[in-house]
Amino acid sequence: MSEIPHLLVHEHADNVGVVVVEGLTAGTDMLCCVTHDNSTFRLTAGADVPIGHKIALKDLKEGDTATKYGEDIGKIIADIAKGGHVHTHNCKTKRW
Amino acid sequence: MSKYSNITVQGYRRENGRVGVRNHVLILPVDDISNAACEAVANNVKGTLAIPHAYGRLQFGEDLELHFRTMIGTGANPNVAAVVVIGIEPGWTKRIADGIRETGKPVAEFSIEQKGDFETIRSASWKAKEFVHWSTELQREECALNELWISTKCGESDTTTGLGSCPTVGNMYDKLLPEGITGFFGETSEITGAEHICQKRAINEEVGERWYKMWKAYQDEVIFAHQTDDLSDSQPTKGNIEGGLTTIEEKALGNLEKIGRTSQYIDILEPAEAPNSGKGLYFMDSSSAAAECVTLMAAGGAVIHTFPTGQGNVVGNPIVPVIKITANPRTVRTMSEHVDVDVSGILRREKTIDEAGDDLIEMIRRTANGRHTAAEALGHREFSMTKLYRSA
Repeated sequence: MSEIPHLLVHEHADNVGVVVVEGLTAGTDMLCCVTHDNSTFRLTAGADVPIGHKIALKDLKEGDTATKYGEDIGKIIADIAKGGHVHTHNCKTKRW
Repeated sequence: MSKYSNITVQGYRRENGRVGVRNHVLILPVDDISNAACEAVANNVKGTLAIPHAYGRLQFGEDLELHFRTMIGTGANPNVAAVVVIGIEPGWTKRIADGIRETGKPVAEFSIEQKGDFETIRSASWKAKEFVHWSTELQREECALNELWISTKCGESDTTTGLGSCPTVGNMYDKLLPEGITGFFGETSEITGAEHICQKRAINEEVGERWYKMWKAYQDEVIFAHQTDDLSDSQPTKGNIEGGLTTIEEKALGNLEKIGRTSQYIDILEPAEAPNSGKGLYFMDSSSAAAECVTLMAAGGAVIHTFPTGQGNVVGNPIVPVIKITANPRTVRTMSEHVDVDVSGILRREKTIDEAGDDLIEMIRRTANGRHTAAEALGHREFSMTKLYRSA
């Protein structure tokens, strides 16, 4: 891959990806890579998101399940637009 | 045969046949009030190492057994050539010294009551000096890589650990466990969220069920008994959240990447318990706090620890070299003095997990041969005992 990806996604089933570059700004046309098979796609960042933090790959609604590693990692507790920042303010474990 | 079958390291073969990669003369306090005497001996005799700790008085029951197991296991570790044990009274001191003596290595014990610190330090210093002269003439010899016991635990995890550094460790285990190494993983609280997956990674259903019972007992007896909120506001940690991890499920799934794609665990260990079911991977019931977990695994007999970190945990151990692996480019940029294996190329898609696993195996080989890790060079010697409940 000649261009360095901005966002990595573990599995095709996932609806969130991880920012892997520092200083990502809103509006960036991100190169996204699914690590499972190195396939790529593009997505526009909806916010300034720090390295390591997650971005929604599609519109997520309150009550939806966040999926990463192809597994349930929690519930969406506030609507998130495609490209938006996903973290503790809008996603939470289902356990408690 | 694989390309990993013929790798050898220069290690120290101990009296009981185990292979160590360091050659410490340990000055081991039985209890907190013997720390001062141990530190004085270590100050008198260069080339020795005192490992002060906070406990050892008025403990009882399972908690006392864990204390003894940790003390004996630490002294028995093959990275230790010889041990001077110092305690306030002779009973528990002898018990620990005798436990270490079963390995066949030189052990001497001293107790302080009816002598005082001065006399104890004087006689223990003479013995420590004798041990240093003896141990420094021991020679490294060629040993098979598969004779090493290699542990893992990650710390200051973030989303990059699940993408890069944990799968790197997993790839190492997938390659070296079939060659016959003995491996340890653990962090009971941190499997929460991936317990259904971890249970299935047991070698058979019986082991998986025992694992689940152990995990559930921890949930019921510790987490639910003392719960504040979620995992008591500690899992994920503040550092994890800063690094982008949102839920314990997300953290657990990344954590479990450390056992790779194919590795299965063959048995479950009590904290600080040594494996006794043959070569293979073991789950040790252990805290997810870095220093406590590494201390327990070292007491279980691990001689090298592989430590993936995201945000940059700086932990080390007095007797076991801790190899730090990170995939986070910011951590490489800001904390490179702590990093032994930089696998940030995985995130840039310049390096595969397979290549990163080989990089780690090469660093394990070099570390076993004597290369000091970043944590050793920086003097990180965190020795943290796990305590199960308050003393009498």
